[in-house]
Amino acid sequence: MNQQYFHSVELDAELCCGCTNCLKRCPTEAIRIRDGKAHILSERCIDCGECIRICPHHAKRARSNSIEEIEPFKIKVAIPAPALFGQFNNLNDIDIVLTGLRALGFDYIYEVSRAAELVSEATRKLIRESKLQRPIISSACPAVVRLIKIRFPELCGNVMPLLAPMEVAARMARREVRKLTGLEDEDIGVFFITPCPAKVTEINNPNSTEKSAVTGAIAISQIYPALTSKMDHLKVIEPLAKSGLIGVGWANSGGESAAMLGEKYLAADGIENVIRVLEELEDEHIRDIDFIELNACSGGCVGGVLAVENPYVAQARIQNLRKYLPVSLNHLDEKDLDRMLWENELTFNAESFRLSDDIIEAMDMMEKMEEICKGLPGLDCGSCGAPTCRALAEDIVKGNAKETDCIHKLKAKIQNVYDTLGNL
Amino acid sequence: MSNIHLHYDVNGEDFTRAGEASGAVKKRLKALGYNTDAIRRVAIAMYEAEINMVIHADGGYVDVDIFPDHVDILLSDHGPGIPDVEKAMQEGFSTAPDNVRNLGFGAGMGLPNIKKYTDEMRIETEIGKGTDLYLTVRVNQ
Repeated sequence: MNQQYFHSVELDAELCCGCTNCLKRCPTEAIRIRDGKAHILSERCIDCGECIRICPHHAKRARSNSIEEIEPFKIKVAIPAPALFGQFNNLNDIDIVLTGLRALGFDYIYEVSRAAELVSEATRKLIRESKLQRPIISSACPAVVRLIKIRFPELCGNVMPLLAPMEVAARMARREVRKLTGLEDEDIGVFFITPCPAKVTEINNPNSTEKSAVTGAIAISQIYPALTSKMDHLKVIEPLAKSGLIGVGWANSGGESAAMLGEKYLAADGIENVIRVLEELEDEHIRDIDFIELNACSGGCVGGVLAVENPYVAQARIQNLRKYLPVSLNHLDEKDLDRMLWENELTFNAESFRLSDDIIEAMDMMEKMEEICKGLPGLDCGSCGAPTCRALAEDIVKGNAKETDCIHKLKAKIQNVYDTLGNL
Repeated sequence: MSNIHLHYDVNGEDFTRAGEASGAVKKRLKALGYNTDAIRRVAIAMYEAEINMVIHADGGYVDVDIFPDHVDILLSDHGPGIPDVEKAMQEGFSTAPDNVRNLGFGAGMGLPNIKKYTDEMRIETEIGKGTDLYLTVRVNQ
């Protein structure tokens, strides 16, 4: 597999009927329909999962691990995303979920919300010390980080250089388990319980670290039936939860910003809104803001495509669960901050959208594109297999499509032949 | 030297559409793999000028010529003209109406910002006739 472009989003070609739903929805124009099936342009996909959400035929899915895959490890660790806690009706105690995970076979639980509190504290510290380029953009949503990496070169330096809570949680959990058991890392399996396909990608091909400490990811939607059944039959509820309201609040859009405790912040959610904010940031139209939280999914992580509950219902439940929690139960040790910093700087990947790496050739191609565009109907109907007429023009100059892929062009051509024959 | 020529009409009637032309130019420069710092400067300078054109002059047109090493932009309007260019260039000086100030515009940073982000800037203005603003952004090697 091409490690440079690992993607969790994949296509079940048998279920795909070649309709234009995903084509039109993709925020980075990363999908083309070729030979009646959807294809993902690897270098443009950010694993946001919008195509999974929209596909009426369930032909798009996210790769993730099954619960059986935890078996080979001596110690099985679950690191549940805070969004998991918003999925259950009438839940008033996070410990019920965590004890349920134990009943499913996990030996050790480390809530990602605990790590989120550490990330929040680290962010506040870095902001206080004015070490970062403002406005600071959160690095927690991997789809957003990937989007910036391929589309917003001038903003790469504004992304907060801290590992996301999932990664921090995995490292913290590993340290604790190693200390408790004396086992080596390879005996410890750390599984993220995920609402998000982009996190699966992040595990296999991290943005900012060499190797993820997370072993695998199990989709919330996959584990949900077994977990609820365990939760319904618990004899004892173990006191496992160690997160405060700051950490649990990260499940919702605005939660991470609220944890900044009064900095001038902005929180946007939903991929189209995120793109709008990034465009305006790039043009320096957004001023007087110190911190920017961006979530690719509407509602925040609770809106993840692998979650089961309606995101707004889940949001309300999260708010309710947070009510009587202490503000924060996790605090940085002296060395923690260094461990949480990125190993690799975020660098812009120019090849995703540019026509050619030679500017003269690119200009030549663009000239041709503009010319081709003028001749296309401008309906953006998607029938040619590209999301817009402009995208088709781009595909044509790149040699990946031809003008008669446009059915309107083809029709005109056939009409022309018909008329000529008629005149003979 | 070969270049790409782009032309945009800027609608003065609809304030909410201001910024569309600079957005379109930015998108094309990105597709060309243009120098990222130059893209940013073109986008900001052109945006400010486009906004000015809508606020003060009921729109006009923009001509953009993209060369491998620089971008030339002409913003032309048939507005009232600028009576005192020197004054208009001062930071904080603004004649923008209140309704656009509420949107965060009219802080008197338009022209100063345009100057800051471009390598060359020339204003040709005539009272009652209109204003031509010539901008050049060069790729820094």
